[in-house]
Amino acid sequence: MAEKDYRLSPRVDQVGIQDRVDRFTKRSVKNEAKRKGLYMTLNMIDLTTLEGADTDFKIKQLCYKAQHLHDSFPGLPTTAAVCVYPNFVKTAVNQVKGSGVKVASVATAFPSGHSSSEIKLLDTKIAVDNGADEVDMVISRGKFHSGEYNFVYDEIAAIKEACGKARLKVILETGELGTFDKVRRASDIAMDAGADFIKTSTGKISPAATLPVTLVMLEAIKDYYYETGKMVGMKPAGGISNSKLALQYLLMVKETLGGKWLNNQWFRFGASSLANDVLMQIMKQESGIYQSKDYFSKD
Amino acid sequence: MKNKIDYNSDWNLDPAPESTGHINLKSKYDLFIGGKWVKPKSEKYFATINPATEQKIADIAEAGQADVDAAVKAAKKAYDTVWSKLSGKERGKYIYRIARLIQEKAREFSVIESLDSGKVIRESRDIDIPLAAAHFFYYAGWSDKLEYAFPNRQPKSLGVAAQITPWNFPMLMIAWKIAPALAAGNTVVLKPAETTSLTALKLAEVIQEAGLPDGVVNIVTGYGKTGAMMVEHKDVAKVAFTGSTGVGKIIMKAIAGTNKKSTMELGGKAANIIFEDAPLDQAVEGIINGIYFNQGHVCCAGSRLFVQESVYEVVIRKLKDRMESLYVGDPMDKNTDIGAINSKKQLDVINNYIKIGKAEGAEIYQPKCKTPKKGFWCKPTLFTNVAQSNRIAQEEIFGPVLAIQTFRTVDEVITKANNTPYGLSAGVWTDKGSKIFNLTSQLKAGVVWANTYNKFDPTSPFGGYKESGHGREGGLHGLEPYLKFD
Repeated sequence: MAEKDYRLSPRVDQVGIQDRVDRFTKRSVKNEAKRKGLYMTLNMIDLTTLEGADTDFKIKQLCYKAQHLHDSFPGLPTTAAVCVYPNFVKTAVNQVKGSGVKVASVATAFPSGHSSSEIKLLDTKIAVDNGADEVDMVISRGKFHSGEYNFVYDEIAAIKEACGKARLKVILETGELGTFDKVRRASDIAMDAGADFIKTSTGKISPAATLPVTLVMLEAIKDYYYETGKMVGMKPAGGISNSKLALQYLLMVKETLGGKWLNNQWFRFGASSLANDVLMQIMKQESGIYQSKDYFSKD
Repeated sequence: MKNKIDYNSDWNLDPAPESTGHINLKSKYDLFIGGKWVKPKSEKYFATINPATEQKIADIAEAGQADVDAAVKAAKKAYDTVWSKLSGKERGKYIYRIARLIQEKAREFSVIESLDSGKVIRESRDIDIPLAAAHFFYYAGWSDKLEYAFPNRQPKSLGVAAQITPWNFPMLMIAWKIAPALAAGNTVVLKPAETTSLTALKLAEVIQEAGLPDGVVNIVTGYGKTGAMMVEHKDVAKVAFTGSTGVGKIIMKAIAGTNKKSTMELGGKAANIIFEDAPLDQAVEGIINGIYFNQGHVCCAGSRLFVQESVYEVVIRKLKDRMESLYVGDPMDKNTDIGAINSKKQLDVINNYIKIGKAEGAEIYQPKCKTPKKGFWCKPTLFTNVAQSNRIAQEEIFGPVLAIQTFRTVDEVITKANNTPYGLSAGVWTDKGSKIFNLTSQLKAGVVWANTYNKFDPTSPFGGYKESGHGREGGLHGLEPYLKFD
């Protein structure tokens, strides 16, 4: 049971959030700062495939890409993790063994979250038993909208317990929450209930991650840190497909939470196509010219 | 504090300077009188410098009595023979043309503005110059609609308007003055502030290019003495001034007993009020924007902060955190948030107030940022433990210095907010609509912003109560001071 009345969570002003975000979109990242930012971005990506059509072969290709982003250019980092459905966790774990790339699995009746508690727990347990390092759960948005905050809290706490050593990312699905006030409230619930990361979206609902919604969540993380001393990670997911936008996210993290959060322990991008754009930009930085998209593998 | 966010990082931005290669500046500027560049009869020139580097940019003419006489004479002639005879529609065409030319040359204008004034390129590029163009566009539209703006009052132009503008928003304040004056059918003699004459002189070039009839706008440069000559000239029908309350009082004394109309936009010491139910993170952003925008060289700057006691600790913490990520330095860098102080003189004024604040027992806080060696710089500063009776809470500092007090009840904060000789602007931060309406009707300030700050638009009138001046600029209200009615 939650001890707080989450209806009293801090309020968020939409116009003010947009004003603050405008500062980040106007920052200019050049030269060495850009190069470093791009490398950091690659190393923060949860390379993701969450399709009905996923197969073992597809997963294997994704896992190879995560470890070998662009082998013709040595010295690149790996991605942070691969993110897959629970039934592919075993395959993924075998593929990335020893590389440092983590395996994240969505769980809890992803993406809608509509199922019984037993099934959600079992879903989580299967992912963890198969070796998932991280679990990306979804909150019950229906219960949240009904004001059943204790239900949402208890569910997250139960999944956290089922995760054992695996780190838990809690997906708020901000595109379904409607207002920044609600995003803040859901962030507070998730962190209090034990989330290691809070995450914007499943990628199945539009809008997915945006700069303003991520800023609201970063501010919540900051307040939580001041209150408890506990660091919580942030993962915007969906809709971040180019380098410029990714760098703006990193600036936002830097100016809101400071340098301690600027690594893949505490910040991730959930993305499928971002890596290639970052690779293109890195090659442009190195050679001075843009290369064709056909020089980068599409997996 | 046990958990302090550490804003140090090994990922830091590289310099991203705006290029200056594209601008066209002369090394010496004469006076713009009767549509031509004329040498000052005073034969005197003074240097204008870049306050971020202390390097000279150009020499500027200093207009003496004979020059001011010539300028007013040219304006009077243009009024009598051309401008007062043109239809509103024709006047509007010229004003639209000026607006479009400013837009076309916006990049050049903003770079020159930042070089000459020390303000950051982000602000001159995104705020000053676009807003200046917007003012010309807006008032161009009123030129042929004065009869509709003031129905059954038969509006008529006044004659020659003497206009004196400040150094904090050089180009924007010129637009606030010239655009309504021309739309209403007056001619103009304008004097920009001595430290920031360059955009006014670039505007003179635009005015030539627009083909405005000779003498409709005359630009004379110089110090306060030159301004005094304009104000006292017998052929001037209207005086418009933006600047300090001290100078405003001198001007009002000088025109007392004459028929001259006046608009005074003077100092301020705005109260920014945060209630416990406010969206705190955005309120903090608004406070930062309210006081550190344009290095605090803003007459409506939110320089007094009132925080409800129940959220005092957390607001101060958030303010200090936010200050850690403000970039202070080169105004030409696209990432800079706080640029150079406009002049040595103003820096001395600010530093003196910081000294006074410390002596009064207030606690000072400045972030750890470094400032360049050359040029005029002041770190963003806040004072806590401030009393209403402190001078730093009463007098206008016109720099990046915030004085913070606490309050307990609505009545208390209204009393304190209104307890000032000024009354230009105020800010209210709360999630409760009824509280906003209660405060906006009780605060004695020309502008009250709710859950935002320093938002400007040509359609919105701006001006003050009490020692903040009289008359309004902007909007329909901004036309009235340039008209007489039967």
